[in-house]
Amino acid sequence: MIRIDSVTKRYSDGTVAVDRLSLDIPDRAITVLVGPSGCGKTTTLRMINRMVEPSEGSILLDGADIRQQPVNSLRRSMGYVIQNAGLFQHRTVIDNIITVPRLLGWSKGKARERAAELMERVGLDSSLAKRYPYQLSGGQQQRVGVARALAADPPVLLMDEPFSAVDPVVRKGLQDELLRIQDELGKTIVFVTHDIDEAVKLGTMVAVLRTGGHLAQFAPPAELLTAPADPFVEDFLGADRGIRRLSFFPSDALELETGPIVPLDADATRLTPRGGAPYLLVTDADGRPLGWGEPGALTAGAIDTGRLLSHGRPFRPGTDSLRTALDGAVLSPTGWAVAVDGEGRAVGVVSQAAIGEAIRTAHSEDRPEVTAAG
Amino acid sequence: MNVLDFAHSFFADSARWHGYDGIPTRLLEHVGYSLEALAIAALIALPVGLIAGHLRRGGNALSMVATAGRALPSFGLLVLLFIWFGFGTLPVMVPLVVLAVPPILVTTYEAIQTVDPSPVDAARGMGMTEPRILFQVELPVALPVILGGLRTAAVQIVSTATIAAYVSFGGLGRYIIDGLYQKDYEKVVGGATLVAGLALVTLLVFWALSKLTVSPGVRRSG
Ligand SMILES: Nc1ncnc2c1ncn2[C@@H]1O[C@H](COP(=O)(O)OP(=O)(O)O)[C@@H](O)[C@H]1O
Ligand SMILES: [Mg+2]
Repeated sequence: MIRIDSVTKRYSDGTVAVDRLSLDIPDRAITVLVGPSGCGKTTTLRMINRMVEPSEGSILLDGADIRQQPVNSLRRSMGYVIQNAGLFQHRTVIDNIITVPRLLGWSKGKARERAAELMERVGLDSSLAKRYPYQLSGGQQQRVGVARALAADPPVLLMDEPFSAVDPVVRKGLQDELLRIQDELGKTIVFVTHDIDEAVKLGTMVAVLRTGGHLAQFAPPAELLTAPADPFVEDFLGADRGIRRLSFFPSDALELETGPIVPLDADATRLTPRGGAPYLLVTDADGRPLGWGEPGALTAGAIDTGRLLSHGRPFRPGTDSLRTALDGAVLSPTGWAVAVDGEGRAVGVVSQAAIGEAIRTAHSEDRPEVTAAG
Repeated sequence: MNVLDFAHSFFADSARWHGYDGIPTRLLEHVGYSLEALAIAALIALPVGLIAGHLRRGGNALSMVATAGRALPSFGLLVLLFIWFGFGTLPVMVPLVVLAVPPILVTTYEAIQTVDPSPVDAARGMGMTEPRILFQVELPVALPVILGGLRTAAVQIVSTATIAAYVSFGGLGRYIIDGLYQKDYEKVVGGATLVAGLALVTLLVFWALSKLTVSPGVRRSG
C-alpha cells in the first residue's frame, strides 16, 4: 500500500500545490486522482516517485518511507506514463520498451523477448516493433508508453493524464485496454485525470481534489455519484450523475419477457400481441433481432423486414448495466429494450416501465453493487 | 588570362605536386591545423554546452562569451599573439579556437536545451541517471543541430587557417600570401581554389557523419 501521510508541497515561488493531503492508496487497484486543472494532481503523483519532494509529511510504500531507498531504484520499481507518452524519438518501438529492463541490467535478448510479449498485451502488432515513434499514431504511441512502463513488471504504475491527448474513440479503446490489462496483472495504479467520466470508469477508488490541493472526497465511484460530499464535488460530477450512476447497477435482475419474440417465418397464430408488449420483436433464422413490428401489420410468411421499427442497441443481461438497458429502451421508438446473449441472439425484451421499476428497487437497496462501469 | 586559366595552369604544373611547397604537403599542413583547432574548440565548447544545456542554465553567460568571441578579429589576434609569443603554434591556434568555440558552444547549448521535455521527464521518472539522460536521451535528438554547429566551426577554421601563413606557417595560405607578394596570380588562384575545395570536402564529411550517426527516428526540425 502507498500511504500519503499529511503531505504538503509548497513550491519555491510560494504556491501551495498540495495541502496536508492524506490518502491510503490500496494495492492491486486503480486509484484515480481527479480534479480541475491546477489542483495539484500532478504534484501529488510526482511526489510518489520523488520527481517532486514534499515540503512536509511523508509517503510510505509498504510501510517504509520512500526516502529510505535510492531514488533511482524507487523509480525503476514504478512504471511511469505521461500525457504525450514521452517516447524516445531516436529509438524504435522495441528499444523504447526495453528501457527499464536494460537499466536493470537484463540482457538484450531477454529484454526484447519481454518487449514482444508486452506489445501483444497492450494491443500493438508485432510489425510495429522496428518503427520509430513518429511513424505511429497518437494512440499507438500511448500504448508503447504503457508497455514501456510495464516492461520490468513493476508493482506500481503511475499514470499522469495518459489518455488526454488522444481523440475520444481512441481514448475509449485505451481505457478498455487498461481495464483488461489490470484484470490480468493486478497492479497498484495511481491514475491522474481531469475527466470525471474517465475517473468514474477506471477508478476502484476516486480521490476528488479541489484547487489548493485539498482532498474533497475519497470514495468508490458509485458512492461518489450517490453521495457527493459537498457542492463542489456535486458540481464537478456534472448534471446527469443519476443516469451515470446506473452504470453501477447490474441488469441481470430485470425480468425479461420472451413472448413477444417471433421468428421471421412465424405463422399467423404467433403474430398476435403477447405479454404486455404492443409490438412483436422479429428475429432472423439465428434468433438475432431484426426489429419491431405491429402485430396487425405483419403478414405471416412474408414479413417485410424493411418496414420494421429499430430495436435500439441491445444489452447483455449480467454484463451490461441498467444504464445500457435503459439506453436501449429510450432509443427504440417502441420504448422496449432488447436483451441478447453473447452470440447476439435475442433472449428477451423489457419495457421502460420495468426498467424504471428495477431502478427504484436498486435505489432502495442501500448501495449499488460495484461492477465494471459500462 | 582569366581565373580558370590561372587555376588550370596551377594544377597542370607537375612541379606543384612535389616537395615541401607542393600541394600534398600544404594540404596536409592545412588539414592538420584545422583538425587540431577544431578538436581543441570542441573539447572546450562541447562539455560546457552539453552540461549547461542539460541543466538548462547559464544561457545568458554563454551567449555573452560567444558574442565576445565573435567580436575578436582573428587576424588582429594572430598578429598580437605573434608579437607576444613569437613563432610557434600558439599564435595560430588561439585565433582559430576563439573563432570556432562560439558556434559550437551556442548550438550545443541551444540544441540540448530545446529538446522536448517530455521524453526527458519520462526518462527521469523511469530512474535513468542524469548522465544517461544527457547522453542517451538528449544528445541523440540534439545531434543534428550540434553537428551543424561543428560544421560551421570547421568551415570557418578551414578558410581562416590561411592566415597562418602570415606568421610564416605552412598550409594553403602560403600560396595565397606568397602569390600576392610575388604577384604570381596563378599561385593565388590555385591556393584559393584549394581552400574552397577543402571547405566543400568539409561539408561533405559532416553530411556523411550525420548520415552515419543520427538515428532515422530523429527528424530535423530546428
Ligand atoms: N515547478 C513548479 N513551480 C511552481 N509552481 C508549480 C510548479 N508545478 C506546479 N505548480 C503549481 O502548483 C499547482 C498545482 O499544479 P499541478 O500539480 O501541476 O496541478 P494539476 O496536475 O492538477 O493540473 C498549480 O497552481 C501550478 O501552477
Ligand atoms: Mg497535471
